[in-house]
Amino acid sequence: MTADQTENKKMELDQVTEDVLKVIDSYGFRQEGAYNLRLNGMAVCHGDSRHIHIVKKEDKPGIDIHISGEAQDEQVHIPVVMSQEGVDVVYNDFYIEDGADVTIIAGCGIHGEGCSETRHDGIHAFHVGKGCNVKYVENHYAEGNGTGQKVLNPVTKIYVGEDSTFTLETTQIKGVDSTERENYIELADRAKLFVTEKLMTDEGQTAVSNMDVELNGEDSSARIVSRSVGKGNSRQVFHPRAIGGSRCHAHVQCDSIIMDQAEISSIPEIDAKHVDAQIIHEAAIGRINDEQLVKLRTFGLSEEEAEAVIIESFLK
Amino acid sequence: MLQVEHLSYDVVEEGKQSEILSDVSFTVNDGEMLVLTGPNGGGKSTLAKLLMGINKATGGRIILDGRDITDYTIDERAKAGLGFAFQQPPRFKGMTVRRLLSLAAGETLDEKTCCNLLSSVGLCAMEYIDREADATLSGGEMKRIEIATVLAKQHKLCVFDEPEAGIDLWSFSMLIKRFEKIHRDKKESLILISHQERIIQMADRIMVISDGKVDSIGDAKDIMPALFNQELDSCECRRQKGGELYDG
Repeated sequence: MTADQTENKKMELDQVTEDVLKVIDSYGFRQEGAYNLRLNGMAVCHGDSRHIHIVKKEDKPGIDIHISGEAQDEQVHIPVVMSQEGVDVVYNDFYIEDGADVTIIAGCGIHGEGCSETRHDGIHAFHVGKGCNVKYVENHYAEGNGTGQKVLNPVTKIYVGEDSTFTLETTQIKGVDSTERENYIELADRAKLFVTEKLMTDEGQTAVSNMDVELNGEDSSARIVSRSVGKGNSRQVFHPRAIGGSRCHAHVQCDSIIMDQAEISSIPEIDAKHVDAQIIHEAAIGRINDEQLVKLRTFGLSEEEAEAVIIESFLK
Repeated sequence: MLQVEHLSYDVVEEGKQSEILSDVSFTVNDGEMLVLTGPNGGGKSTLAKLLMGINKATGGRIILDGRDITDYTIDERAKAGLGFAFQQPPRFKGMTVRRLLSLAAGETLDEKTCCNLLSSVGLCAMEYIDREADATLSGGEMKRIEIATVLAKQHKLCVFDEPEAGIDLWSFSMLIKRFEKIHRDKKESLILISHQERIIQMADRIMVISDGKVDSIGDAKDIMPALFNQELDSCECRRQKGGELYDG
């Protein structure tokens, strides 16, 4: 197929969808290589690459993504955009063969102008083979003046094979009224997990994040960093749980900045079921540090500017 | 020129008013280096914070180049031309050294400028430029980055609160060279709070603060002998008590 023919196949997207895609896909969504765009509950365009095949599920909404071990430093983009009200539940399963090196860019953006609920529940399962390097980037965002609730309830299950590394980056900075996130991760021998979770809530928004990490494999390790900012009357609850079932190492760090009338709960849980399990949890909640504010103000920044810089850096 | 007139600072502790600084007056001329020294707890850092507006003076006036800045906020004083290096600088989670220096400069700095700034305070630039200015840096590293943030911009007057604290000898001599250059160029005035002999020796004038008051102020050549005599006294005192004297 020539480049021109590929160009012709590209689907025209409206401005709202294009704008939302720009926010949720920081790597850039281009309808090239392996991709699947789900718009208002329908898969509207998709493409395969030589090493990555996307197959529509027959029994329920969603796709199976097959990634060959020959995929090296490749990307697959599977964004979801909802610009109409309604509830969309989707099941995506990833099958990643031994030795693959891939970055998966997911994410959901809601543009809500209506008065009833717009909700997306993305239920994802990752079956990661041996010796893989997988990065999963998920960005959640909502916008629009509608009074209807904008809700995202993702469920993510990750099974990391021997000697594989899985990096999970989740970000929700703006607009989502309610989110309940469930993560379950299992690590095999020498598997490594890196999680970075960033969250900001404002006004009356609520966010609940539960994450269970089972370190079953010998010498498996996990490093989980969660940073959040609670503003307005918003409420956040974090419940990370690291379970050491063998010789392993885990470090969980939850830091939150609390502002206005927000409420933040951090419920750390570390369970060791093996004498050589080393698990550390650190959690801290506090207001913006006064000394940091003063320091930035000696550079000539106003109090509001200094506050914005501190939050931006903290969530970067 | 900085003019400080009858500056005072009171705090209320357990319902009782206590005076931390009382009737402090002095001037710093353009391009001049004034070193503040004196016993710990005497009020030097408090005075520095009053100059920058971090604490609000309860009496007196601060005038910079003829403009009364007594009621200015911290950022207004920064814009008026004051720079400030903290004795114990705060750390920032998620902020790179490069970003911190750019914020200090008020513009996005290119790599070369950042590297020059870091080198001038004795840090190997490439190791630090993209590191976060957080708890992973040692006290000495953070302190040198703090000094670099003040050097990132041209000020009318900079206040350095114990710049030597926590800095190794090699970096200290680089720092001295940097202060000497600023002093030689005469473009910025300097107030250095220090107990360090080499810094005190660089001063045009020295102000000794003790018990919240100006104990003495004058040309370095007049004040220094008294300072060093005190040191001799303390050695003498130690000898009389039968204690060991330090070598050298």
